[in-house]
Amino acid sequence: MHITSPQFKQNAKAALADEQLQRSLTHVRKNFIDKRAKAAAALPEFEALRDNAAAIKNHVLENLDAYLEIFESNVISNGGKVHWAATAGDARGLILDICRKAGARTVTKGKSMISEEIGLNEFLENAGIEPVETDLGEYIIQLRGESPSHIIAPAVHVNMDQVRDDFRRVHTHLPPDREMSEPESLLKEARGILRDRFIKADVGITGANFLVAETGTTIIVTNEGNGDLTQTLPRVHVVIASIEKIVPTLEDMSQIMRVLARSATGQEMSVYTTLSSGPRRKGDPDGPDEFHVVLLDNGRSDMLGTEFQDMLRCIRCGACMNHCPVYHAIGGHAYGWVYPGPMGSVLTPQFIGVEKGGQLPNASTFCGRCEEVCPMRIPLPKLMRHWREQEFSGHLTPPAQRRNLKAWAWLAKRPKLYHVATRLAARGLWLLGGRNRRTGFLPFAGAWTRHRDMPTPEGSTFLAQWRKHTGAGGNAS
Amino acid sequence: MNREFILEKLGRNLKNSTPGKRESNALERIRNAPGGILPVQPRTATARVAHFIEKAKEAQATVAVCASSGVANAIAEWLRSHNLPKEVRTGQDNRLSALHKAKDSILTVKQGPSDGSDLTGVSHAECGISETGTLALLSGADNPTSLNFLPENHIVVVRRSDILAHYEEIWPRLRKRFGKGKMPRTVNLITGPSRSADIEQTLLLGAHGPVRLHIIVTED
Repeated sequence: MHITSPQFKQNAKAALADEQLQRSLTHVRKNFIDKRAKAAAALPEFEALRDNAAAIKNHVLENLDAYLEIFESNVISNGGKVHWAATAGDARGLILDICRKAGARTVTKGKSMISEEIGLNEFLENAGIEPVETDLGEYIIQLRGESPSHIIAPAVHVNMDQVRDDFRRVHTHLPPDREMSEPESLLKEARGILRDRFIKADVGITGANFLVAETGTTIIVTNEGNGDLTQTLPRVHVVIASIEKIVPTLEDMSQIMRVLARSATGQEMSVYTTLSSGPRRKGDPDGPDEFHVVLLDNGRSDMLGTEFQDMLRCIRCGACMNHCPVYHAIGGHAYGWVYPGPMGSVLTPQFIGVEKGGQLPNASTFCGRCEEVCPMRIPLPKLMRHWREQEFSGHLTPPAQRRNLKAWAWLAKRPKLYHVATRLAARGLWLLGGRNRRTGFLPFAGAWTRHRDMPTPEGSTFLAQWRKHTGAGGNAS
Repeated sequence: MNREFILEKLGRNLKNSTPGKRESNALERIRNAPGGILPVQPRTATARVAHFIEKAKEAQATVAVCASSGVANAIAEWLRSHNLPKEVRTGQDNRLSALHKAKDSILTVKQGPSDGSDLTGVSHAECGISETGTLALLSGADNPTSLNFLPENHIVVVRRSDILAHYEEIWPRLRKRFGKGKMPRTVNLITGPSRSADIEQTLLLGAHGPVRLHIIVTED
């Protein structure tokens, strides 16, 4: 995938000016927040479940190598195969190998962010194998040649008119005067076309929401049923999952499952939670003959034992982006790689390097809503701050910003001078504000005031008021 | 080798413990399988079944209750009310054997996996979960997984006494039946008919799986 994260500022500017995108983003603001709040409020045990879900994942991470080996041996005793991939390239190669051995011409796919992370579709296409995305949202963006703009609602940036145009453009064998005015008719059209693809596919590739060590089981959680058709009908089922998806037991999975759907779509339970343990058994009337699990590391093991370990608890529910004012304003594509929103701002610098992804953790107001709603209690703002520190200490921040920070630090370390300076600044801004108490002109901050006015101070600084309040000589600390 | 490379790196970064300790931690948790936090659910069987039905309806399933001898008639009645042909496909599930004895004038029953041309599939659930109106179906010689997804209409029969409160109660049942650490090839937890909100976040029923899910709770 072409990475545009280094051009984040330009991306964001373009997204803000894109009226169609802005209309689509109102769906995120309107739908996800209310639904999650209602689902959380309806379950009195929700907060306790969040604590337990985080504790389960912490325990897994502390014993990750042991759990992976137990998972592997159970997949094998179920008759499946486990393939280990250290990098995205390794994973692509392993999957191509499996497809080639199966003589695959087309591959159906359930929704998987790991597949996006390793750029699987483009790779398979170049190797002469046709990948067919079957999740409706993924299907739409595949037709458009785009990447997902949201981890659970990949086509959230697309409106209905665009879907209709894309279907007209691609489904040319259907009568041009067919009924396409309602979303129902579009869904029915996609259902009909994909039904045929499901039945004819040679290999089905799905992701996994959980890998259960106890039983060697892989689990997908979906609403459409496309993942199930993808993995039931073809002769070969390939699961692609990252190593941190492990849970110890079916009970532990059930605990995390309770917070997953509620945090993601606000459903109490997704429609289909499917547990797969190996290939078709003797006497089974259907199901795949081969069952492969590709375990992807791709930099995750580097996060273990570091300040970023907490991020490995992430269950990809999307709550952080659904509640993020920055995501609401610019959408997912502006982030420039696979994972958008706050979770993406933590993961992207890890995966593509802080020199390319370093702008993302800076694009946060640190309002803290992401952490408040994260079902796995990941301290996202703190993790973004770690990246800012690394970026600064690695001398990757733009020179002007570094100079300004240095000047501020010099000043802040000299309290007397600092008080004089802030007093003067407050006074100056007060003068600038005039009668409206706002200003559209700030020295050195023209980029900020180009889009909004700055409310000006009321006169004296906080410290001055504090002194007055506590009596002269009062200690500000 | 990728495998050793990844495992070694994990081991290096988990420097506060030994590999032996981590293995015994993991095996111990798997052996004990702690249940965790269980949301409060109705205590009596009657209230639990009522809650199951309410939750299943909230998830846009329809529900009927009948005596175990009345399943064929209940299916026929539901098909009639939706103007559907009185033809269904089932697995070779003994729990559904009564359907085959039904007169052809009431119901025609075909057996085996679906090739996608069937309008209605009938399955028997292992159990129901009252918490969210969820059904648990197990794959096996008698229960083709394709029946749960290919036909437009899915009818699932569940015994009243098999309606449990929490998901966590399913797993000990499976361990008892299949052995510890063993599972049927596929376990499908199904909550309502298939749906998608991928076009402008408008919720539509019947994405790739069934458009309708009808649950028949049998009194035993």
